[in-house]
Amino acid sequence: MDSLLAIWSSVPESAQLITLTVAKILAIVIPLSLSVAYLTFAERKVIGYVQVRIGPNRVGPRGWLQPIADAVKLMFKEIILPSSSNKFLFVLAPILCLGPALAAWAVVPFMDGVVLTDIDAGLLYILAISSMGVYGIIIAGWASNSKYAFLGALRSAAQMVSYEIAMGFALVGVLLAAGSLNLTQIVTAQQGWVWNWFWFPLLPLFFIYFIAGVAETNRAPFDVAEGESEIVAGFHVEYAGMTFAVFFLAEYANMILVAVLTAIMFLGGWYAPWSGLLPESALAIPGLGWLLSDGPHWLLAKISFLLFLFLWFRATFPRYRYDQIMRLGWKVFIPITIVWLLVVGGMVIAEVPPWFA
Amino acid sequence: MGVEQILFYVFGAILVFAAGMVITVRNPVFAALFLVLAFFTSAALWILLEAEFLAITLVLVYVGAVMVLFLFVVMMLDINLAPLQEGFTRYLPVGIVVAGIIVAEIYFAVNAEHFGLQAVAEPVRHAADYSNTRELGRVIYTAYAYPFEIASAILLVAIVAAIALTLRAKRQSKYIQPEKQVIVRRKDRVRIVKMPPEREEPGTS
Amino acid sequence: MRKVVNYFRSLLLWELFCGLALTGKYLFARKITVQYPDEKTPMSNRFRGLHALRRYPNGEERCIACKLCEAVCPALAITIESEQRADGTRRTTRYDIDLTKCIFCGFCEESCPVDSIVETRVFEYHGEQRGDLYMTKDKLLAVGDKFEKQIAEDRARDARYR
Repeated sequence: MDSLLAIWSSVPESAQLITLTVAKILAIVIPLSLSVAYLTFAERKVIGYVQVRIGPNRVGPRGWLQPIADAVKLMFKEIILPSSSNKFLFVLAPILCLGPALAAWAVVPFMDGVVLTDIDAGLLYILAISSMGVYGIIIAGWASNSKYAFLGALRSAAQMVSYEIAMGFALVGVLLAAGSLNLTQIVTAQQGWVWNWFWFPLLPLFFIYFIAGVAETNRAPFDVAEGESEIVAGFHVEYAGMTFAVFFLAEYANMILVAVLTAIMFLGGWYAPWSGLLPESALAIPGLGWLLSDGPHWLLAKISFLLFLFLWFRATFPRYRYDQIMRLGWKVFIPITIVWLLVVGGMVIAEVPPWFA
Repeated sequence: MGVEQILFYVFGAILVFAAGMVITVRNPVFAALFLVLAFFTSAALWILLEAEFLAITLVLVYVGAVMVLFLFVVMMLDINLAPLQEGFTRYLPVGIVVAGIIVAEIYFAVNAEHFGLQAVAEPVRHAADYSNTRELGRVIYTAYAYPFEIASAILLVAIVAAIALTLRAKRQSKYIQPEKQVIVRRKDRVRIVKMPPEREEPGTS
Repeated sequence: MRKVVNYFRSLLLWELFCGLALTGKYLFARKITVQYPDEKTPMSNRFRGLHALRRYPNGEERCIACKLCEAVCPALAITIESEQRADGTRRTTRYDIDLTKCIFCGFCEESCPVDSIVETRVFEYHGEQRGDLYMTKDKLLAVGDKFEKQIAEDRARDARYR
């Protein structure tokens, strides 16, 4: 152990920094990719259960190895480059889709201080990075040299740009309530039990943010970009093998991102639902005490619940018609958010306890 | 040379390259994509200048929204480049003269004499907890509150004008109001009438 | 008044929550999946699967080449050629069913005056090459010989409804 430490301290400081940062990034990205894989499995199981089926259960015990089988299958499939498509952009597009979905995790706090980069304008950074995700889709649609792909790209681009506005306004509400753009400070502003979290004073914004998040990730019922009944699969019709798999990964990584942001901004991040209510003696019980006290496991639980909502929505709602999506985004969500921003401003000025005291 | 300087030159080189490609590349979609790259690298340069709020806003507004719509339009237009490039050699001398004048003006306005370390003191390095966003907000809403409000009013007028311009034509297509569709109940559309048979069934009487 | 109620209903996503409640209920419902190769659903004795030609107990084939089945077949899947045999009876020399054309409507079975062409309960069969699903007279007779017990049982059970 000592010799290892000696080797470590002999490395120059900049190299130490780079190694540590890469290690931290891997510590975020690898569990994330695994949870993406198992989110696809969970999706198939949940939708199966809702449809009174049992879902995939053949590969491995109770189907647990299904995502690995899928990944292996996709890896060994041929990547088809359509004729007279733009080869470079065609391959670049899925990477541009996945990149922002992973980059946004840089500012996500898992615990007080447990965060890759604790930057000051974290909320803005998230908004900026998530607005880049649309490029992957547009470029994929254009580079495929296919009309279906192009139509899908146009639809999803218009949809994402519209819902970004409602999403941004919802975030402004959070910013007003927390008084900071830093995600860690947003969570600490919600310190306490369920009632202290921002979901209640910002209830309409909470709903709108989550629904806009569903639209932003092009998930059902807002999945007109894929619209398999009209435009076969939208922007990724021409993709096969790993390039398709990366699009898939990006969609699910974005879902997890939206869930984690909702949990952080409206559901109190890592705070337990009874944080500050239980006596110290209850938290001192070994094992159970850790489970009951605040910690990343509560963040994980909230993320899982929100992801389950994503799957539940997909199993329940039929797809929106395109003009209805636009109407909902522009004529319903934006006015409601603006009105509620005024209400939140009033509450902040009046210092309504327990949130803004 | 510190890491910061290396980063500056790397980003600067990418920025100059991307900006050059924007005007030289043939395909307009590529030009738009290079413009995106240029915006992104200039945002990176701004971050090096500790202006993270402006940098992120640049990415958010220009990369995230404006260029998306731009790409949208460029992708859908089938631009024929040949007629656009016809008079290239004829206008070249004029172009060179204009470009030369602009370069000279820029040189005289922003050369090292006015912006070098002799003319302007080196900006103070701020600590890690310094909030650029907070400072910017404070300045905007105190010293520059008036110009800021005027700018926002102008923007609002522009939004209203844009919507008014697009609403000129009366809507031709038939339009279904989903909220009306949804609230329809059976009794609004169907009336079930009980009525005796008008004719005896054959063979019963 | 109804308009106001409806306005608030749609604003508060009332119907969407109703939908979620419904699917949420089914999340915990008993699953009806039948794990096919391990479990099978019960099958009716009127099941219409692979075709077969039957014989009388003495080994004589039943088919008398009346060609009713060929005439009634809506998919034109049956082809019959016939000749007089040495003992003076009319018998088929060719009796082919193209299973790739067949729609398994069961009309051939209904039309048969001597219960010769029947549809068995066999539905798990496949062809590996072109022509494997073209059932000739020999193949059909072989199927009939193999499943005669089951076929006879099924016909007997169905007889009182005819």
